[in-house]
Amino acid sequence: MTRLSRRHLLGAALPTLVMKRTLPWIVPLLILLLWQVAAQTGLLRENVMPAPTAVAAALWKVAANGELWRDIRVSAWRAFTGFAIGGGLGFVFGMANGLSGLSEKLTDSTLQMVRNIPHLALIPLVILWFGIGEQAKLFLVALGVFFPVYINTLHGVRSVDRQLLEMARAYGMSNQAIFWRVVFPGALPSIFVGLRYGLGIMWLTLIVAETISATSGIGFMAMNAREFMMTDVVVVSILIYAALGKLADTVARLLERTCLSWNPAYVEA
Amino acid sequence: MNVATFDAYPDSTVRYSAAGAHLQLRGVTKSFGANTVLHGIDLDIPPGQFVAIVGRSGCGKSTLLRLLSGLDKPSGGTIEIEGATTGWDDHVRLMFQEPRLLPWQRVAANVAVGLSHAPRGADRKREAQEALEQVGLGTRGGDWPSVLSGGQKQRVALARALVSHPRVLAFDEPLGALDALTRIEMQALIEQVWQDKGFTAIVVTHDVSEAVTLADRVLLLDHGRVDMDVTVDLPRPRRHGDPAAAAIEGRILDRLLAR
Repeated sequence: MTRLSRRHLLGAALPTLVMKRTLPWIVPLLILLLWQVAAQTGLLRENVMPAPTAVAAALWKVAANGELWRDIRVSAWRAFTGFAIGGGLGFVFGMANGLSGLSEKLTDSTLQMVRNIPHLALIPLVILWFGIGEQAKLFLVALGVFFPVYINTLHGVRSVDRQLLEMARAYGMSNQAIFWRVVFPGALPSIFVGLRYGLGIMWLTLIVAETISATSGIGFMAMNAREFMMTDVVVVSILIYAALGKLADTVARLLERTCLSWNPAYVEA
Repeated sequence: MNVATFDAYPDSTVRYSAAGAHLQLRGVTKSFGANTVLHGIDLDIPPGQFVAIVGRSGCGKSTLLRLLSGLDKPSGGTIEIEGATTGWDDHVRLMFQEPRLLPWQRVAANVAVGLSHAPRGADRKREAQEALEQVGLGTRGGDWPSVLSGGQKQRVALARALVSHPRVLAFDEPLGALDALTRIEMQALIEQVWQDKGFTAIVVTHDVSEAVTLADRVLLLDHGRVDMDVTVDLPRPRRHGDPAAAAIEGRILDRLLAR
């Protein structure tokens, strides 16, 4: 009864597909409009929160003088290099410990102990070790990304269907074939969970590391702008981080959907 | 491409006569720790015979099948296939109760799993397609397993078992998870490919009626020993509810339930 009436209500409110598409945008646009009005009437002081148009102008300015692209390049390089190192090691250890009991006994409890240290707590130590150079940021990003990829890869390998492994052996597959045709694809959904989780940690770590100590990158751009009270550029930096995070996640999801197209759960609705 | 070594039976008439393998079990025992599951099984299964193994849960019938398919090794005694005690794993294929298809491989690739022993250059695609046609799924090679019904998945599993032209095909309750109608269809299909290919068939089942419908010979296993060895000499195809079959079924059930 309630379901029926709700469907009826929605049906009446959303007569067309266009309406359905535009509806989610109404609230954000309204907030943007209110923000603009509040900034222009002086309700919001400019050094607290500049108007959306001022932020757009600042974005245009830093984009035009090339500063933005240089900083994005530097930040993206740090992010993805750190991700590749940490994620690669996490994948290798996850696979090794999932496949070999010896390897697991040897390394897993050590890794679990290290995992309990919040990696951002190491920042003072890392600065002592590496100074504020590139290694410090790569180290922190790699360390942060390592654990979600490691744990999810290990879990993925362990949860591969035993019955499929038995079938593969009974049908005479070589160990190499068993890895590539059974273990790896079986663990892939779980590995993707680790990758996407790792991507989130990657940006978070980079933001913290760049904000605390850097001479280039988006975090540096934000901290530099803060010193000159350029609130508009600070807001631009925050938005760029958000956009990069969203972009990375979208790419990961696209990859996930392509690689896992056999799984009905990942087929686009 | 080395056709000669891959296709052992290039001529179809040769394939039929050479298809079934001769199985000999001499004093086969299997223990897991202190628990002995099989107590000295002696069996002689002539080439191409269709044997059903029935028995209560835990009588050792699945263990026997795992030994025959090479998944486990016997604790004592010997298993000879065509006179050889080792190296016959390639000739034996096991079909499980569940289809056990790789969900991330399309149907044709799943069938090609059965060709793991085939050398490089073997025409896996054509072999897989032929096997799919044998089980009536010739058009489904490009589908994901997830879109198939339970009966269709089990037919793909049958194609995967058939594709390497095994000389012994072992079934571990292959129809246990299917509904009654699909079950009857699958029984007919298994009987048909068996008659077609002439392999030696060994079916483990809970269902005595199924055993009598399909098999030339029904073995009753009890506490790890062959308790009864019944020859079912009835014309094929056998009709469900045939009185002669029902009589044999009754005898086996009486023994099974120790009435």
